Amino acid sequence: MTTNRLDRRTTVATLLANRKDALVVTGLGSATYDVAASGDTPRNFYLWGAMGGTAALALGLACAQPEMSVIAVTGDGEMLMGMGSFSTIALQQPKNLTLLILDNGLYGETGAQQSHTARTDLAAVAKAAGIETVEVVETQSDLERVKGGFPAATNGPRVIVVKIAPAEYPRLVPLREGAHAKVRMREALGLSAE
Amino acid sequence: MAATLKAAIGERDALTDWPDEIFKIFQDFNVQQVPYVPDGGHARLIAAVHADPSMRGIALTTEEEGVAVAAGAWLGGQRAALLMQSSGVGNCINMLSLTKICKFPLLMLVTMRGEWGEFNPWQVPMGSTTAAALALMGVQSLRVERPEDVAETVSNAATMAYGGGSSVAVLLSQRLIGAKRFVK
Repeated sequence: MTTNRLDRRTTVATLLANRKDALVVTGLGSATYDVAASGDTPRNFYLWGAMGGTAALALGLACAQPEMSVIAVTGDGEMLMGMGSFSTIALQQPKNLTLLILDNGLYGETGAQQSHTARTDLAAVAKAAGIETVEVVETQSDLERVKGGFPAATNGPRVIVVKIAPAEYPRLVPLREGAHAKVRMREALGLSAE
Repeated sequence: MAATLKAAIGERDALTDWPDEIFKIFQDFNVQQVPYVPDGGHARLIAAVHADPSMRGIALTTEEEGVAVAAGAWLGGQRAALLMQSSGVGNCINMLSLTKICKFPLLMLVTMRGEWGEFNPWQVPMGSTTAAALALMGVQSLRVERPEDVAETVSNAATMAYGGGSSVAVLLSQRLIGAKRFVK
């Protein structure tokens, strides 16, 4: 019943409301817009391309900042392209890394073609790859349950697959200047610009 | 005679020790993340990385993951060095958008196949176009043919990346590494 599926913007805003000083990296397309809509901060790093790389980028960041919660927010399409990252992350076991996968079963950015999650269960893939903490959020009560411990910096790596409705929102234009996004996050972490 | 012998021994040491020299450079430059897709030419270096608790060896399922890992490392204040074989360079092309757009420094060490003494024709298409493919995405290549040049080249490449903010690949030639042996 896709009509009862969770709303992407509300879900992302609900989960990120408790983010505190967590670092958030976003996959191209709607995940970037959803995170930006919940509020821009130097602790957000938006990808507008490099499809398939969000989870791996988040892994490098999480390893470099082990005391900080790192959240990758991306869609089913991007995660399918970078599916091997589940295995790469599982081998490293970063406690502070959460992958939040917004699964609408569609390539929403390119004309709403059906994605492979019609048959492929990304949560099961993550689990089979060796990530032990995997949750599927389908209902409002699931969301309330997950929200409490989000983002925990200590029980990762953690994968949360949220089954969202296919509805698209108008596109936002958050920061596209990648070099600036890089510098502002580094400075927020107390690092030099270069 | 003695000088010849010494030179010969020196050459032999250099032949076998260059992976250790690269490892020493990683230590000197405080490299803390080493994402890699395994390659025989990097085997000794990978083992050294895993044996050092101050470095994190990150086994990848495909090379482009490593481009993203290295970017994430830098974003969080750590230096990464990415290891792969020449055949993996083609896999990195679109992910290098991340490096280019965001001006992330990048140090890649690429062991070459498809050239000196290559027996496997499938290594040739990517091995013969490695430097050109990297150049298309703004990654500069520094090629090493002789063991005695490895340390200096890697060290300068590391300075160019971490200091100069460049994207640099050191191409370790197949002549240096030795062609893989096939038995009929």
